[in-house]
Amino acid sequence: MSAILILLVIGILITLIMQSMPSIKSLGIGFLWGKIWDPVSNIYGAYPFLIGTLLTSFTALLISVPFSYAISIYLGEYNPKGWLSNLLKNSIELIAAVPSIIYGFWGIFVLVPVIRSFETKIHVAPYGVGIFTSSLVLAVMIIPYAASLGITLIRMVPSPLKEGAYALGATRFEVIRSVIMPYTRSGLFAGVLLSLGRALGETMAVTMLIGNTSTIANSFKEIFFGPGNTMASVIANEFTEADHTVYLSALIELGLVLFFVTVVINLIGKRIITKFTNH
Amino acid sequence: MDARIGIRNTKSLLFKGLIVFLAFVITLPLIVVLLYIIKQGVFQVNWHFLTHVPAPVGETGGGISNALVGSLIVVFMSSIVAIPIGILTGVYLSENPHTKLSYYAGLCVDILQGVPSIVVGIVVYFWIVKPLGTFSAISGSIALAIMMLPIVIRSTEQTLRLLPPSLKEAALSLGVPYHRVILKVIVPCGFAGILSGIMLSIARIVGETAPLLFTAFGNPYLSTAITKPMETLPHLIYTYATSPYDDWHNLAWGASFILLMFVLILNIFTKLITRKWNIQL
Repeated sequence: MSAILILLVIGILITLIMQSMPSIKSLGIGFLWGKIWDPVSNIYGAYPFLIGTLLTSFTALLISVPFSYAISIYLGEYNPKGWLSNLLKNSIELIAAVPSIIYGFWGIFVLVPVIRSFETKIHVAPYGVGIFTSSLVLAVMIIPYAASLGITLIRMVPSPLKEGAYALGATRFEVIRSVIMPYTRSGLFAGVLLSLGRALGETMAVTMLIGNTSTIANSFKEIFFGPGNTMASVIANEFTEADHTVYLSALIELGLVLFFVTVVINLIGKRIITKFTNH
Repeated sequence: MDARIGIRNTKSLLFKGLIVFLAFVITLPLIVVLLYIIKQGVFQVNWHFLTHVPAPVGETGGGISNALVGSLIVVFMSSIVAIPIGILTGVYLSENPHTKLSYYAGLCVDILQGVPSIVVGIVVYFWIVKPLGTFSAISGSIALAIMMLPIVIRSTEQTLRLLPPSLKEAALSLGVPYHRVILKVIVPCGFAGILSGIMLSIARIVGETAPLLFTAFGNPYLSTAITKPMETLPHLIYTYATSPYDDWHNLAWGASFILLMFVLILNIFTKLITRKWNIQL
């Protein structure tokens, strides 16, 4: 049975590589930084989607990290037991349990109008949908992955270490800053990596909120607040419409890139965690 | 000196305040989303809604029976595929933690866990949809089964690892053959943990949309043929939420409400089981 699993993963890899062969052959490596994606005139460049994916994921990560660290510290150190801590822990897990399609649906009807009026205020084109909106929703969605790991890790800090610091007269903040944080740094970083892996591959919520434009604007402000596309969302939108081989295979090549990136990030994260917990 | 201590204490307090604020503020989006879905969806749900197919554009009313039936069938079929393979692999991994095969299998579980769901959709499209020449419920089930596997495997493995070895040794010393020890002692003892893993994985896949876009696809009519396209709850929400019609949005709100409730109840059940049996997942 375990052998089936290995075959499954190898099969996934082979299928992706085989099916993206036509596009690898005809487009070459330049595909990755080609700036124009225009299936009608047979021009394929992945640059807009790479930018879209990286921008949404890292913005989401940036927003989510303070929150996931705060939850880890609060539930790991300040308040590890009791009903309030249980309640908070369960609600964090619920955030991960809500299907992404529901975040997307909610986003379209509640968040988009809010963002639109915000964009009017700061004088950018009020699309409402776009990279910024997707990042906000993504940020909420990926918090649980880093947080639940962080809680476990912070609880694993040996108490003699903390007690030693307290005995030297350290305040709680100082204990957290100079004992707990250094001790758990690599583990917390692994949690952030897992969150990033999630964010890169997230499809539905982003597809519904990003606006789905494959052209890329000139200034950063326009890109950031304007509509865009990520690798996952362009696959979701165009896969069933792709009507010739190279088009389809270019989309699959995007999937292949996505596969590699998320798998590598996840494996690095897992490795760090195993190292940490075996110590 | 005193002033210095005062500053340090204040700093510590301020930091605590900041942490508490950040930790609790994040429940706000969750509460807002849940309340909004409930508010929009709860009045949509009635008997008519559950037993009728969606009405065409321009007509009010209609329901989501096709998606309910479809989701049930698709999730059921993927469970049939994923649960046996998942449990067997989990047993293997926990019984033989140090073989080469289990090292690579473990690595594959980690890889599968990280695969974006949309990529699973692409792969299953080429494995099943293309050879069969049509979108089908069975292909959707396979895609979801692939998403289910790592969760079932990991929870089985972790539960069984925590069982005391004396259990197995006692059974073996009574002369019970190895396969019966696994079937009659090990698996029943870890049953609650395995069950909660299964429920968790079902809760995860029932809301998955991305792999279904290219596999089960969707169908505006009630269908039970597993080799034909089939509507599912998340796919219905996706198509109707992105449509421009208010009636369809209402259907999607109702469907979201039902999906959300289903996922919440499964999660609460899992919580209760794990608490009762004191399982760490």
